[in-house]
Parts: sequence; structure tokens; C-alpha cells
Amino acid sequence: MFQSIYDTMIAGQRYVLILQGLGVTLLIAICAIIIGTILGCILALMKISDNRLLKGIGTLYTTVLRGLPLATQLMIFYFVVFAPLHLPKLVVAILAYGLNSGAYCTEIFRAGIQGVDIGQTEAGRSLGLSKRQTLFKIILPQAVKAVLPTYTSEFIVLIKETSVASFIAVMDMTKAGDMIRNATYNAWIPLLTCAIIYLILTLGLTKVFDIFEKRMARSDR
Amino acid sequence: MTDEKFIQVSNLQKSFGSLNVLNGITTTIRKGERIVIIGPSGSGKSTFLRCLNMLEIPTGGTIIFEGTELTDPNTDLDKCRQKMGMVFQHFNLFPHLTVMENITLAPITLKLKSEDEAKEIGSGLLKKVGLLDKADVYPAMLSGGQKQRIAIVRSLAMNPDVMLFDEPTSALDPEMVGEVLNVMKDLAKAGMTMAVVTHEMGFAREVADRVLFIDGGVIAEEGTPEEIFEHPRCERLQQFLKAVL
Repeated sequence: MFQSIYDTMIAGQRYVLILQGLGVTLLIAICAIIIGTILGCILALMKISDNRLLKGIGTLYTTVLRGLPLATQLMIFYFVVFAPLHLPKLVVAILAYGLNSGAYCTEIFRAGIQGVDIGQTEAGRSLGLSKRQTLFKIILPQAVKAVLPTYTSEFIVLIKETSVASFIAVMDMTKAGDMIRNATYNAWIPLLTCAIIYLILTLGLTKVFDIFEKRMARSDR
Repeated sequence: MTDEKFIQVSNLQKSFGSLNVLNGITTTIRKGERIVIIGPSGSGKSTFLRCLNMLEIPTGGTIIFEGTELTDPNTDLDKCRQKMGMVFQHFNLFPHLTVMENITLAPITLKLKSEDEAKEIGSGLLKKVGLLDKADVYPAMLSGGQKQRIAIVRSLAMNPDVMLFDEPTSALDPEMVGEVLNVMKDLAKAGMTMAVVTHEMGFAREVADRVLFIDGGVIAEEGTPEEIFEHPRCERLQQFLKAVL
């Protein structure tokens, strides 16, 4: 067995492909979650605002981007939306995943904000705090805490979904594993390697966010 | 007690969709006056109180507070609300902040006090209600009665000119009602202008200068506690008192 692992992964330095793929996977996921988080904050505030236009834009955005399969969106972004700009594939992938994740983050954040008891807003306003001060000092700190578990799973989904990036020929980790499979006619070693790395990533991430959550739960004790 | 007209409510109306909750309430609250508002559930008494600081926006009528018309859309409500404390049935303490942070948040955020000043005022008020030792704990650690006393302190830290109480003891276990009512009685003794919606008839009798009986969205009867409780005139009030006493 060690021989076949050696033949498949080490010989010809094929493991480097996996590592490069891992780098791409992480790069896409991290950049996308940053874009998605920022976008999600803005759109969530738009969706809870009293302004109908802002609200409408937010709703349209989340409806469309959550309503289409990711692979389809990825190709639309690459071959249609960003085609005239001739951007590198990796950049398009980051943008596409970021924009898509933004839609999910919007809904996560909106639900988190609206999930905070209305009495909190009333208490803030009754003390003379403005709408904005109430939102930032009272509502958001509580929403962040409530939202953390769902936000974690969005990040984890994002990491896993980067495996679709090969639709526009981005060399992510899954694609790398698949290339090794092609070259060596050994399917299970490269794909299992990918699977294990994905698991380590997602489990590790879950742990990190667990620590955050525990820390934030101080006030519940 | 001065005769100064402090809060003037004229023909106040509020409807939620086709449901008319307030059907024209007119009354004046003078400075230093203690008003207790009673009435059957669904009568509009809480809505009336919540209109006073515009947490509910009235659909008609006017409210004038310290010479400012609150019902004028151009009024800076945030500014006015700083002078109107409100205590809620469900306390509404901020669970992510410690007791002291709950109390100092508004004075500090609104730049009315420095952090040190706000804490000093907070400590003084906490001492008065016997909860100074709870300054650094989170609300989740407190009993209902403690939470409500903190909520009262939080409002008082803004140094309000009037305190509105919306059924402050209705969510409390019976043995905790007393400690909250005592704080409110002390407040009344100190001359605070108060408007209290409550089912505690004993409190109304003891503390109120004037009792408003609201039924069907109007003031069906008003008078001194003696007039209301000993010599109720209208039939609805007589029925109501028979049911609650």
C-alpha cells in the first residue's frame, strides 16, 4: 500500500499539485468569505431599512443569487458578466464565490438582527438613543452572537463548494486530485487525500469558531 | 407640587389597521404628579403609555411634553426621550452588557456624562436599590425583581423628568413584586413625575394622586384613589373593580 501511495502521490512530485490546489481552495474561500461578509452586512442593513428601494435591491439580490445553482452562476460570471474584462480565472472565481456568499450572509445577518427581541430596540430608543446607536450598541452585538453558528456553516459550505471552480478550469484541490487520478489510474488515493484534507479544514474551522462562541457566551452564564 | 402643565395629551388616537385602540384621550399630567392607569386587558392602557414617549406613533391627536409637541414629525424625539424614562414589563435589560454597562450605556453614548461620572451616578443609584454588589454581573444572573430594579436604575441614570412604567410587576414572581414596588414608592416620595400602568391596586391606592380608568380606548373615569376605589360611578369600573379586588 505504501508503494502505491508513493507511486501515486510522491513520484513525479504529484503531491505538489494537491498542495497548490489546496492553496487555491483556501485563497478562494477566504477572499470570498471576506467579500461575502462585507456585502452581507451592507445588504442586510439595506433589507431591514425603511427605504423601499434599498429593501427591494436587497431582496432582488438575495433572491437571484440564492436561487441559481452555484456552477451555473460561476459560468455566467466567467463567460458572460466578467467576460469583457478579461480577468484571470482565479479572480473571477473569487468574485463569483464572494458575490454568491454575500447573498447567504445577507440572509444570515438579517435573520440575526431581526431575531433580537423588539424589546431591546424599544429599551434603547426609550433611553434616547438614536436608531443607529441602538443598532450598533445594542442590536448588532447580540445579533453577532446569535449568528455565529450559521455563519460558521456558511464558511464551511463555501470551502466545500470551491470544488466546483473547475467548471471554469480553476485548479482547486479537487481538480488537482482528479488530475492525479487521470495520470495514475489510481482513483482512491488522490481523492481520499483530498477528502481528508477537506475534513481537516472543516473540522478545524468548526473548532476555531466553537472557541469564539464560548468566549461570547460569557454573558449567558 | 407646581401647577405646571407638563404633559398635555389632546384627543389621542391610535389604530392598528382597522382596530381602534385609542379613541380620543385627553388629559394633562402635571409636574410631580403620580398617575396610575388601570383598566381591563385590551383596553388600550399600555398603548396609551407607549404613545406618551412615541414608542407607538399615534394616528391622531397631539402630545405636548415640556412645551415640545412630540406628535410633530419634525420634533427630535431622541432628545425628548432622554427626559422620559420607561420601564417595561419584561425588563428589556441588555443581556450582552453587565449591570453597570446597562446603566451607563446611554449617558456615555449620548455624551451626557464621562465614563467616570456615569459610573459614579450608576453606583449611587445601585446602592439606593440595594444592588451595588451586582454591578459587574450580567443580567442572566439576576432574579426578575433584581432585573426590574436595575431597569429602573437604568432609566434614572438619564436623570429623566418623568418615568413611565408599563406593567412593571406583571412578569414577576409574586414574592418579588414588593421589592420593585418599594423602589417605585421611594421614587414617588422623592417627587418624581410618574405614569404607571399596573394591576397592583394596592399600589394605586397608596401612591397615586390620580387614577385613570381606561376602557374601550377612552378614559372612562378618573379621580383620586378614594373616588375611584370607594365611590366608582360608572358601571364598567364597578364591574372591573369587582373582578380584580
